[in-house]
Amino acid sequence: MIVAERKPIDEILGMVQDAERILVLGCRGCVTVCSAGGEREVEILASLIRLGMKKQGKQVEIIEGSLVRQCDKEYIDGIDQWQGRYDIIISTACGVGVNFIANLRPTDRVYPALNTSFLGGSPEQGVWTEQCAGCGNCVLHLTGGLCPVARCAKSLMNGPCGGSVNGKCEINPQVECVWQSIHDRLGRLDNQEMMNDIMPIRDWSTAGHGGPRKTLRDDLTI
Amino acid sequence: MSFTPDIQAFCCHYTSQQTVAEGREGLKNDGLPDSVTLNRLVCTGKLQVSALLKAFEDGADGVYVAGCPADECHNMKGSKRAAKRVQAVKRALKELGVEPERVEMYHLPRGFHMEFVEAAQEMDKRIKDLGPCPLKGENK
Repeated sequence: MIVAERKPIDEILGMVQDAERILVLGCRGCVTVCSAGGEREVEILASLIRLGMKKQGKQVEIIEGSLVRQCDKEYIDGIDQWQGRYDIIISTACGVGVNFIANLRPTDRVYPALNTSFLGGSPEQGVWTEQCAGCGNCVLHLTGGLCPVARCAKSLMNGPCGGSVNGKCEINPQVECVWQSIHDRLGRLDNQEMMNDIMPIRDWSTAGHGGPRKTLRDDLTI
Repeated sequence: MSFTPDIQAFCCHYTSQQTVAEGREGLKNDGLPDSVTLNRLVCTGKLQVSALLKAFEDGADGVYVAGCPADECHNMKGSKRAAKRVQAVKRALKELGVEPERVEMYHLPRGFHMEFVEAAQEMDKRIKDLGPCPLKGENK
């Protein structure tokens, strides 16, 4: 899922200073699962905005809403139900959602309530960790299913580096060295010799270094 | 400056049994301050962050939660969940530039205990010392 977290309330209050009617718009996709921007978080953020503005002696009218997703055109149309009732939209979706509203609602003012962090998973309740960098050229079949692009601080393709100590990364003793983990896992799978294969210099053009990426599925387009 | 604070207490069924047994008058005789309004819940684990913030929106100067002892909650983890949510509200108040002490979690024994009244008295004194909540917007 896409993992995100709420921006500091001061920053959000700065965005809404001139607004009298605000639509706080949640997303029932990834940000609901990571407890950053679903219906419950919309309710909390709306309350925080009202309290923050009241502290400044200002009154705001807030509509609390949510869409199935903010990353599909068909669902963005759902904003029409609040047409004419808001000055600005505070989106609690990931950055994709904010972009989609900006793309599809050319005259609407839309601002992000979240900092979109990474593609990750939840190893335990309340914890999320980065697992994938969306690099567009997956090598997990060569690395025991563990991603060196997302989980190695240097995104090394032939690790570990000299900073790997007792299975930990030199950047932080709390961070695992994923190349040590790859080595150990390949060993358990009786594939340790794969570590001897030297991966070639990587073409990063699929990772966004060639500009914004686009996927087109001709079998799905109408 | 003297003022009568508005303090909203959210108490679970078990820690607030005393309220049922003694009633408001009985509790008042035990020393429960007039400033405290009791809101009974089935379990404090049911309490959401938004409900605590709503109490401030509705004009509370202070809010506290009284749940079971952390490791003896009738519903296993209810009071632990409530304590986490109180911490979240403390962080939110701090972000808003308001004293986080305005919200508190108490883990109290179940049944008839003076601690229930003492918690209310502690919050009454604390909030009177802090003064009216700035989130009411009355200072602007």
